[in-house]
Amino acid sequence: MLSTTEVRTHVLSIIEDVALDDDVSQLQDSIALRDQLDLDSMDFLDIVMELKKRHQIDVPKEDYGQLESMDSCVEYLTPKFS
Amino acid sequence: MEKDFDVVIIGAGMSGLAAGIRLAMFDQKVCILESHSIPGGLNSYYQRGKRKFDVGLHAMTNWTPKGTKGKPLSKIMKQLRIPYDEFQLVPQKQSSIRFPNHKLTFTNNIQDLLDEVQCHFPNEIDGLINLITYIEGYNDTDLTSIYSSAKDVVSTFIKDKILLNMIFCPLMIYGSAWEHDMDFSQFAIMFKSIFLEGFSRPTGGVRTIIDLLSKKLKQQGLLVQYKSQVQQLHKVDNKISAITLKNGDRIRCRKILSSAGYRETLNLFEEKLKEDKKVIIGKMSFTESILILDKKPCEYGIEDTIIFTNDSHEYNYRNPNTLFDTTSSVLCFPNNFIKDEEDEGIFRATMMADYDCWNKLEKDQYKQEKLNVLESSKALFLKHSGSEIKDLLFSDVFTPTTVKKYTKHENGCVYGSPTKTRDGTTSVEGLYLMGTDQGFLGIIGAMLSGISMANYHCLRN
Ligand SMILES: Cc1cc2nc3c(=O)[nH]c(=O)nc-3n(C[C@H](O)[C@H](O)[C@H](O)COP(=O)(O)OP(=O)(O)OC[C@H]3O[C@@H](n4cnc5c(N)ncnc54)[C@H](O)[C@@H]3O)c2cc1C
Repeated sequence: MLSTTEVRTHVLSIIEDVALDDDVSQLQDSIALRDQLDLDSMDFLDIVMELKKRHQIDVPKEDYGQLESMDSCVEYLTPKFS
Repeated sequence: MEKDFDVVIIGAGMSGLAAGIRLAMFDQKVCILESHSIPGGLNSYYQRGKRKFDVGLHAMTNWTPKGTKGKPLSKIMKQLRIPYDEFQLVPQKQSSIRFPNHKLTFTNNIQDLLDEVQCHFPNEIDGLINLITYIEGYNDTDLTSIYSSAKDVVSTFIKDKILLNMIFCPLMIYGSAWEHDMDFSQFAIMFKSIFLEGFSRPTGGVRTIIDLLSKKLKQQGLLVQYKSQVQQLHKVDNKISAITLKNGDRIRCRKILSSAGYRETLNLFEEKLKEDKKVIIGKMSFTESILILDKKPCEYGIEDTIIFTNDSHEYNYRNPNTLFDTTSSVLCFPNNFIKDEEDEGIFRATMMADYDCWNKLEKDQYKQEKLNVLESSKALFLKHSGSEIKDLLFSDVFTPTTVKKYTKHENGCVYGSPTKTRDGTTSVEGLYLMGTDQGFLGIIGAMLSGISMANYHCLRN
């Protein structure tokens, strides 16, 4: 299993590509991504699709809420990175 | 070429290119088929001698500064993963709407329009502010909305008929498939894209946009198949199964995203479909003149980026049933964005026109009438700048038949059919429309349409 730091790095690299023109270096892990970056529901779907494409991780619709902040992403995704 | 795809995209216009990028990004087996030999569709480009021309581009709508959140421009850039700066957008200076005895100047800052209305129509300022509030809260991208008359809705806010017509003028000529009126959700989209957001021009013209899209496609390993006209669509049990190209090649596919137009796409089935009758063919087409001037427009005293002209208090947006109609027009000055990187002075003029009238002409008459369009364009220049064009270095004129020839849109129709399918679906399973006839048009609208139809019908499980 990957460490939470490694998972954070993978997630950040996806967010960086999806949020494109936003600076993600100052991201606060406990605050909702939506409140810090220009991300709408179409972009969250992109994050989900990138998780699938890059890491073969499926995020079912009912779990989308788990991707709210970096902290919750890491907590939810760490067990799935195997 | 492989003969089996998840999705076939018909058309390499703005919507087809954008949809292709999305699908290739997420590993769909996709191919883009384009009958013409270059991309761009209604907004393509060409070259005459050493001069490069844009077929259509006046301006891109929906301009917002870098970093603006939640607007169409940033949505497109994120979805296509093309950074803002690469579009090299240069905002407009100012544009104006000119009716007899009335002129309204607007910029990319809505306050300037409000100040103008305050000054010239003081009784209407509250109505306009309320209309803006209503539009800002209106969900214009709702894919299920049905037609409602924009004139009915807007006249509950704006009482002065002249102001009402002046507001409708740029919005209709830049995006209405309907004559005389338009769908309110289309009105709201256009109002936001022109008045609340604004105009810009990519440095280098439409090539900059098309090159960016083509480069992105290539990065995803996808190439457009040019000179590949789709001749027929096939279905089995009312489900898309394959297409046949004009050269006889048959390609199997499960889904089709078509930017060819609603009626044009349905016509590709061998048998008539039940929805055929309900799909009206659009009537709005235009002539477009491009003039290369001996001087920059500002040296002729023109400061506006775009001028919308109309000769009476009533704005008559309709097929004129004549070759062309000089009583209203759009005059565009590509040098008059805040930064001018063009070597020569350029002037473009758009007038409403009728396809049938042009289509009937013999070759010599056709040539002569194109000259008449050119003369009328010069006359409009004189009327609105106060000075005559001294020396014309080059000129070209497109007509509704040119549009038909290069894009295959019936009637040379630019804004498609008044029958839109907002969610992109048709009566055939696996066949979806995007671009103009899905209801999002213009360069930005078409890209947004391609992206959302690809997401909605092909990427979401
Ligand atoms: C003169 C003019 C000026 C304009 N000015 C502006 C402007 O300043 N700003 C702006 O935002 N918008 C402008 N527009 C509108 C804008 O260009 C269009 O709304 C937009 O480009 C539509 O894109 P689309 O992808 O929906 O369709 P299209 O561009 O029509 O693309 C459809 C493509 O499908 C191809 N095709 C059709 N049938 C087949 C077939 N059977 N097989 C294979 N390929 C097929 C066509 O060749 C075409 O390339 C202008 C349009 C015109 C004509």
